[in-house]
Amino acid sequence: MIIDLEKFIGEERGYWVELEGILEMLEKDPGHRLDIGQVRRFHYLYQRASADLAKLMTFSSEQKIREYLESLVSRAYGEIHESRRTPHRFRPLKWFFLTFPQTFRRHVQAFWLALGIMLAGGAFGGVAISFDPGAKQILMPFSHLQTDPSERVKREEKSSDARLQRAKATFSSTLMTHNTKVSVFALALGMTWGIGTVILVFYNGAILGAVALDYVLAGESKFLAGWLLPHGAVEIPAILLAAQSGLILAGALIGWGTASLPLKTRLREISGDLMTLIFGVAVMLVWAGFVEAFFSQYHEPVIPYEVKIGFGMAELLLLTLFLWKSGGKLEI
Amino acid sequence: MNADERGRPVCRGPSASIRGLSLLFQTGLQDRDRLRSQATTKSVRIRNVKRGDLMNRTNTLTIRTPEGIVFSLRLAGPVTRFLAWLIDFASIMALTLIIRILLGLLGVISQDVASAVSILAAFLLSVGYSILMEWCWRGQTIGKRVFRLRVMDARGLRLKFSQIVIRNLLRSVDSLPGFYMVGGLACLFSQQAQRLGDLAANTIVIWTPRIPEPDMDQVLTDKYNSFRDYPHLNARLRQRVSPHEAGIALQALLRRDELDPQARVDLFREIASHFRKIVAFPQEATDGISDERYVRNVTDILFRTRASGK
Repeated sequence: MIIDLEKFIGEERGYWVELEGILEMLEKDPGHRLDIGQVRRFHYLYQRASADLAKLMTFSSEQKIREYLESLVSRAYGEIHESRRTPHRFRPLKWFFLTFPQTFRRHVQAFWLALGIMLAGGAFGGVAISFDPGAKQILMPFSHLQTDPSERVKREEKSSDARLQRAKATFSSTLMTHNTKVSVFALALGMTWGIGTVILVFYNGAILGAVALDYVLAGESKFLAGWLLPHGAVEIPAILLAAQSGLILAGALIGWGTASLPLKTRLREISGDLMTLIFGVAVMLVWAGFVEAFFSQYHEPVIPYEVKIGFGMAELLLLTLFLWKSGGKLEI
Repeated sequence: MNADERGRPVCRGPSASIRGLSLLFQTGLQDRDRLRSQATTKSVRIRNVKRGDLMNRTNTLTIRTPEGIVFSLRLAGPVTRFLAWLIDFASIMALTLIIRILLGLLGVISQDVASAVSILAAFLLSVGYSILMEWCWRGQTIGKRVFRLRVMDARGLRLKFSQIVIRNLLRSVDSLPGFYMVGGLACLFSQQAQRLGDLAANTIVIWTPRIPEPDMDQVLTDKYNSFRDYPHLNARLRQRVSPHEAGIALQALLRRDELDPQARVDLFREIASHFRKIVAFPQEATDGISDERYVRNVTDILFRTRASGK
């Protein structure tokens, strides 16, 4: 078959321009829905452009037109053969109160695993500090934790409420960014088949366990609860959720329960859930950062411990209810 | 001289030999036959073409649609990607600096708030820069745009927002222990030149090289081309000659002065003989013209389009 190129291009150019127009519209607004007539037309134009490209494949002198058509066909191919769920317009409230808790519940086993690892780390830290008080310097890499708990409590209770007066916002943003970085790292370490995530969670558990036992043995349990609960009630679960996402990623890599599916399919299926969980974690850590900077650092006599403990318990209860009940029935 | 995946011959050195060109010519013919045989099957297939050793390899991801159309994507290597990242890193630093300067004004009201906003802005920029850019610029950042790189779904499908987020969040592991060593090694050894973030997100980074238009005026003259009197044969020639073959003929003309006199005669005889087998022009059109002139006429037909007006 011999083609009169000039005539061929003249006849087909209109269809190519029309296809390009539809593609640009879909690319600018991914949420745009075509009606059935538009879908048929789009499919027709894609097939026509594909056929045109096939015809032009052997023409050495029409490099530019071939490249243009190749680009059109590849873009249209991406739109037409896309079989994953189409994205809806982002609704923050729906996402937070429905998608996020549902995603958490869908992968709750990974959360239990993360919690188990953290508790094991906590037990290890507690046992280590009780058998070898010298391990404190290794397990607690923060200077304010290495002093005697009772001395610290006395010092904290004596200090005025103006201690962080001109640095609360800075302290809060530092906490938020640092904790978010750690959470993202816990997720990313899932790519080490979860080994990195497990080590990170275990280590955090060990620090927590060591600190807790140190204060309990010193008879400062009330201070500890009042100091940690207000922000820890959200911050620690947030880190666990980040670890949960890391373990989900590791599970997809290893193929736990889904070994029959190809690796790429397994990873593709969890990518949306990972994003939801890590964004949820970020929201939780913003809250925890505010609470830690503006509330947790004040002790008696400024704020009674009962108030702080009550506030922390209420947060924990609400968070538990939110994660297990919000969004109703599980959407699969 | 050598040839890349798209069939464009590329220079290897000034001492191009006739044997090299002839070999390339053979490769070109094989490519054409392969393309034709592929067009007869109907399946979706993604395959990788690897050439050379680890350091010099050029990977191509070929996607074949159910309609039988094949399009190739050239995968970007770790070095190009690292250079693009350096530009992005500089952009992030510059933006952070600008924000800090602007926030200095806020410091007049409250130093604490200015400092807090500055920390948050630096963090959001470092995490959000690539995510936002790749989402808004369809897989590109400033660095990627400079080096003509683009992030794509590994199956050629539409890039999802979650894929962009995952590939960018996993930078924290890819950048370990420093200067993207883990990511670079993963990229080097992975089949589709993917760092860990790309593997998790099912994305690839492709390179779209700029294909310069050949300088026709350098090789073709405005002399009368007797072949142009036969438009139906010209059309047949354009249809039957593959881009690879046409490219070799053009390169032979462009580099003719670098060849030894005897090699030049032999080379153009071989090329002309090949074109004669593809399309036979009448004797009155070919009478008295040399093999080199024959190749020149054929190249003129193949490359000089209507737009050039010649």
